Amino acid sequence: MICPLPHELGDVVTLAHGAGGRAMRGLIQHIGSILGPAATTHDGAVLPTDGPIALTTDSFVVDPIEFPGGNIGHLAVWGTVNDLVATGARVQALTLSLIIEEGLPLAILDRVLHTIAATGVPIVTGDTKVVERGRGHGLFVNTAGIGREELALSPAQINVGDAILVSGDLGRHGAAIMAHRMGFQTALESDCGSCLPLLDVLAPFAPTCLRDPTRGGLAAVLGELAGPHDIVIEQLPVHPSVSAVCEVLGLDPIHLPCEGRMVVFVPEARALAAEAALRELDPAACRVGTVVPGAGRVWLRDAYGGDRLVDVPLGAPLPRIC
Amino acid sequence: MKTLQPWRDPTAVRQLAHTLGTVTRGSWRIMEVCGGQTHAFVRFGIDRLLPEGVELLHGPGCPVCVTPAGVLDQAIALAVEHDVLLCTFGDMLRVPGSHTDLLQARARGAHLQVVYSPLDAVALARKHPDQQVVFFGVGFETTAPTVALAIEAARASGLDNFSVLASHVLVPPALRAVSSRVDAFLAAGHVCTIEGMAPYHALSRELGLPIVVTGFEPVDLLRGLLECVRLLEEGRVDAFNAYPRAVRPEGNPTARAAVARAFDTTDQPWRGMGTLPDSGLRLRDPAFDAAHRFGLAPREGRDDPDCLAGEVLQGLRKPTECPAFGSRCTPDHPLGATMVSSEGACAAYWRHRRHSGAPA
Repeated sequence: MICPLPHELGDVVTLAHGAGGRAMRGLIQHIGSILGPAATTHDGAVLPTDGPIALTTDSFVVDPIEFPGGNIGHLAVWGTVNDLVATGARVQALTLSLIIEEGLPLAILDRVLHTIAATGVPIVTGDTKVVERGRGHGLFVNTAGIGREELALSPAQINVGDAILVSGDLGRHGAAIMAHRMGFQTALESDCGSCLPLLDVLAPFAPTCLRDPTRGGLAAVLGELAGPHDIVIEQLPVHPSVSAVCEVLGLDPIHLPCEGRMVVFVPEARALAAEAALRELDPAACRVGTVVPGAGRVWLRDAYGGDRLVDVPLGAPLPRIC
Repeated sequence: MKTLQPWRDPTAVRQLAHTLGTVTRGSWRIMEVCGGQTHAFVRFGIDRLLPEGVELLHGPGCPVCVTPAGVLDQAIALAVEHDVLLCTFGDMLRVPGSHTDLLQARARGAHLQVVYSPLDAVALARKHPDQQVVFFGVGFETTAPTVALAIEAARASGLDNFSVLASHVLVPPALRAVSSRVDAFLAAGHVCTIEGMAPYHALSRELGLPIVVTGFEPVDLLRGLLECVRLLEEGRVDAFNAYPRAVRPEGNPTARAAVARAFDTTDQPWRGMGTLPDSGLRLRDPAFDAAHRFGLAPREGRDDPDCLAGEVLQGLRKPTECPAFGSRCTPDHPLGATMVSSEGACAAYWRHRRHSGAPA
């Protein structure tokens, strides 16, 4: 359901909406009308606890705010929910902080808020700030989330011989954003979405570690998790459109972010069964590699029988000259 | 990407490597001219499939690498001191000038925009008429036409806030400079899509060396090498087009005409290689020349004395033969451009070859 914009709020967010007066109260009531009163009626939330609690936070500054396949609201909810999943926890509640740049059309803010509401993840408290034009980029969002631990996961549990699986194909979010920025005609959409179902699906297979390959993509995640071992990547599931965008722009899908995928480490003995279970959720899920003895390096086995090192760039991958 | 699959087909690659092994009898030093070829060889591991008699030398065809430090210093000065919006390719950001690089300059407040095309810079100039926009144009015969067209677009729009800091270079003078130590060249296919085959036929005769034009995929590179070794084994001096799906014999006359309208040739310093006669392109119209518009004096530029990039670019040394490689010089702290450019040979070796052992 889309709530009609209250007339008195106007078309765009102004500094008055963050200045503590009636306009701010109006905006906050409006936010509460979409997200539910818990998000806005009190300065904090009191929640029952029971056993170990996982806590995480993430900030979202994506440009553009709305992109093919989603908007910053999807990222803000699922990014934090998926971070909790990576710690083995099921989300219980989120906080939501909005930093809004003066001049943001309220229609955009509303679409983002409705997206957040539609995820069904409870927002239990939040904060709203408005900054002068030029001091933000439309809308920045921070979420923090808590959840109950269901699986005991840790990079320290990764063992030589563990199989490495991914829950779907790689690089869609990064490729969709780049293609959109460049004005390419493509049907590519971001993969932003929930990894919550993985908690139940993976529980029988005793995974040792999960990690969502967001910024820096699979290369960054594996580079970080290789620890005292080496990792050999045997194959990468990449959609042809993602490959095409990468070829045109001189990027490598192994470095592109995903926003709805999980990298899963499971003992070799359970790899086949875990892969089959992941495929029930997403047919593109597959085994990508193996943990081998080594010293923190990541190798990509190429089709010609060689291995090459996978590099983690210093910063963002930079587009090439030719 | 579907269209690339046949050119990466492992069976075809193995067959070509096998054929190359049976054809090679002598001992040949073959230089791949372009850094894109170097990266493809190393990235796909094609250099490891070659017979003992074929040695690859890495050539000077990395435009970012050969742009003099003094020109980078000018670009940084433009962005920092002249309050212009400097537009450039992403490759240039991390290349060290004499003291700093463009990425550091941006962090300190310089106005810098990464673009994919010079026309993006023209669009920015159109959008911000009160802002001087400078496109930092580097590259070989491949990128010069896009800069020429950007200037024509700016002229047609009557823009007086667009100019170009140009450091364009030409391939043939560089091949002349390094030809004494090679038996043959693998020339860059994308350059020849513009230039066509005629200049390479002439150059092959002039230097007395075979030149084979290749693409950048594993099958393209091996086909080119195979043709090259065949020419060498038969003792023939000729230029051969092993990339006909992209390179037409006549090249792209429209693009060449645009370049001729915008530029004339000039002696040009190459980073690490000295000044090569008639190897650079100079803007004809001073109105679009940022150096003229902003009164930039030529700068000497300073290269780190431990950096052997010039020798690497001329095929005199492999990156791993540089004492600084991987110690004082890494992509995080580069001494020279070859370590950070995506076409630099040192970057290719760092990325794919810095550990000798394959995984267990």
